[in-house]
Amino acid sequence: MTTTTRPRSQARAARDGFAQLLRAEWTKFRTVRGWTIGLVVALLVIPAFGLLFAANSFSSCMQGTKEVACPVPPTGPGGEAVNDKFFFVHQPLTGDGTITARVASLSGTITYPPPNHDKIVPGNTPWAKAGLMIKEGLEQGSSYAAVMVTAKHGVRMQHDFTEDAAGSASAPGGRWLKLSRSGDTITGSESADGRTWSTVSTVRMDDLPDTVQIGLFVASPDDMTLTGNSLGGSISTSRLANATATFDNVTPSATGEWTRTDVGVTLGPDGHTPHRPGEATQSGDTFTVTGNGDIAPVTADGVRYSSILTGTLAAMIAVTVVAVMYITAEYRRGMIAITMLASPRRHRAIAAKAVVIGSVTLAGALVATVATIAVSLPILRDNGNFILPISFLTQARIVGGTAALLAVTAVFALGLGVIFRRSAAAIVTTFALIVLPYILATTSLLPTGPAQWLLRLTPAAAFAVQQSMPSYPHVLTSESPLEGYFPLPAWAGFGVLCIYAALALGVAIHRLRSRDV
Amino acid sequence: MDATIEVSGLRKRFGQVLALDGMSFTVRPGQVTGFVGPNGAGKSTTMRVILGLDTADEGTALVGGMPYPKLRNPLSEVGALLDAGALQPSRTARNHLLWLAHSQGLSAKRVDEVAELMGLGGAIRRRAGGYSLGMRQRLGIAAALLGDPAVLMLDEPFNGLDPEGILWVRGFLRSLAREGRAVLVSSHLMSELQDTAEHLVVVGRGQVVADTAVSRLIAAASNGRVTLRTPSRESAMETLSPAGAIVTVTGPDTLVIEGMEAERVVSLLTRDAVPFAEVSAHRATLEEAYMDLTRASVEFHGGAGR
Repeated sequence: MTTTTRPRSQARAARDGFAQLLRAEWTKFRTVRGWTIGLVVALLVIPAFGLLFAANSFSSCMQGTKEVACPVPPTGPGGEAVNDKFFFVHQPLTGDGTITARVASLSGTITYPPPNHDKIVPGNTPWAKAGLMIKEGLEQGSSYAAVMVTAKHGVRMQHDFTEDAAGSASAPGGRWLKLSRSGDTITGSESADGRTWSTVSTVRMDDLPDTVQIGLFVASPDDMTLTGNSLGGSISTSRLANATATFDNVTPSATGEWTRTDVGVTLGPDGHTPHRPGEATQSGDTFTVTGNGDIAPVTADGVRYSSILTGTLAAMIAVTVVAVMYITAEYRRGMIAITMLASPRRHRAIAAKAVVIGSVTLAGALVATVATIAVSLPILRDNGNFILPISFLTQARIVGGTAALLAVTAVFALGLGVIFRRSAAAIVTTFALIVLPYILATTSLLPTGPAQWLLRLTPAAAFAVQQSMPSYPHVLTSESPLEGYFPLPAWAGFGVLCIYAALALGVAIHRLRSRDV
Repeated sequence: MDATIEVSGLRKRFGQVLALDGMSFTVRPGQVTGFVGPNGAGKSTTMRVILGLDTADEGTALVGGMPYPKLRNPLSEVGALLDAGALQPSRTARNHLLWLAHSQGLSAKRVDEVAELMGLGGAIRRRAGGYSLGMRQRLGIAAALLGDPAVLMLDEPFNGLDPEGILWVRGFLRSLAREGRAVLVSSHLMSELQDTAEHLVVVGRGQVVADTAVSRLIAAASNGRVTLRTPSRESAMETLSPAGAIVTVTGPDTLVIEGMEAERVVSLLTRDAVPFAEVSAHRATLEEAYMDLTRASVEFHGGAGR
């Protein structure tokens, strides 16, 4: 054997690391101008849509003939926008105490507006409620706990707007209720006869002041019906509703003086006449209380964060094209062979590609989404819009989740690119699996049922990361994809996409290993 | 790593076509080994199997004693040029070399070195898509040299080169071999390898037809025959036969002498004063030797070659 004398200059300095492959794939990506420009343009779509939306959304309210700033809903203890409107017959309570009453009856009226109806009919909406409440104060949005009967949902214990626990499914009439404070603990109980009590729920309320308001309340959300339209989807109609409850056996009956407060009542155009007032009458220990409105989170009537990010879909289309080209260009030119020469362990080359396209998209999309929200929110506010407040964590989930949604979609598209080796097939398949189901499910094209199944089974489920409003069982809203509600929680929907992406990469690597390049 | 390529008993079938049928040979360091055979003989497939791109149905291919896919920084062990057109056209030549360098942990400095070496110079920052075939071949060789590998495999590197380029590459390959590298160069034209390869692996129909030094191949093809035209046929035979030549009468005044070089024939005839009209040594060209070898194995099966 001839001895080799050739110099081995720097070749020996080379290390065998995945980091090298990452660097190589990054160099590949950044040195094709079409791809970098494509990705930047794809991500610029997000702020473009956001700004267009913000600049074209105006909101103003009339009071009589006057244009005024729209009223902003109060916020609850958790920072969420809330409805806090009910009739309250109350007295202060300092320290521990208990209130007991029997709801003798719950009735009400529903007003059908023109044009099809113009009449008032007796009846209650399902969530019409009457019961006992302990509330921090009389300001809207202040902390509270309440045990109540409802027209159709049995006995409930609710507190601080978002929390709801079910008691028995009893009909509202003739039910005994009890609400006790013991330090920071509030216990709601119910009874059929006023002697045998069962606890509905016990809640801890740390920030309750020493003196609170305790008493009887009645509220009734407006009636809403959802009717399917011919194309699927639904139309909601709303009708005004009032509820009237008769309370008897109210204890403490003698102690203190009862104050009546129409919490959250709005004033008419003249500025002093209450609009849709409630009322209460007392006869011995029997009270008849009429109220309307609701004590619950606001889920409609405001701008949602997801509306600002509607550019996500268009960005996704462009990101898909870039991600697919990133691999199929290599097949088209035969360059894949060189890639495999440089990394004969083929799965590593594809893994490096996936990490690069995923990270680049994630980083870029994160900048795009954060900037879009940051710039759009002030414009929307300037235009008089109310933005439904959401917690910082939810904001982070929407912004980060949207970026992650695009990043994992890019990885998914890359996997399909390896499987098909051709741009057209890979792009079309990605669209068919993500973009199309999302469009079908979130426009009025499909009824809610099939739309929800699409958003469970296809990778489009991952758009759940953009759901801005939680779904509250005790708030009647149209929880369809059309309204921005997803059948899966954000993490699960995102998980569906991740599973698809992992499957695509798995099949891609299998095919890559089992075939000649 | 030993600078060798060892191929042993490779078989591979593409559908109906048996592309490799027991291909076996060894490439040693320090010389340029020509890998020749007609189109479709299995040269490219063999190279792709050695590089782990294609999987053989049977047999082994080792580079420096290891299967290519087991190499850690493969481009620092083996440099290969398979298809000069395998480029992203919108990427500059320099960036093409740069990502390859990064994949092996090599620096941008090395990129500029090999580009300089291959005479790419100012064109290095142009898009590779605008390169002529000749420029792409140079870029491909530059890529093969990036990792300063002990083994080089070049598939048809002369394609598209101008005559000056061919000369330059020939010299360059010889100098690489002199540095102790194993250099395997495939070509379907034997003339391209003339004066470059010292060793030849001639293939046809997926098998090795000849695995020999170039000098021996030519000698074998020439077979040392000397043709003699003389009016004194009998005297010539009396002079040459005892001296060890095998003399065959092929015409009234023509003899063919085997086993003796022309110079010795002339000196013996002169010594014995035998008149002769012409002594001609028959020396085969590499081309002829190759044609002899491959005549039997040329196949015209369109589309089967890789």
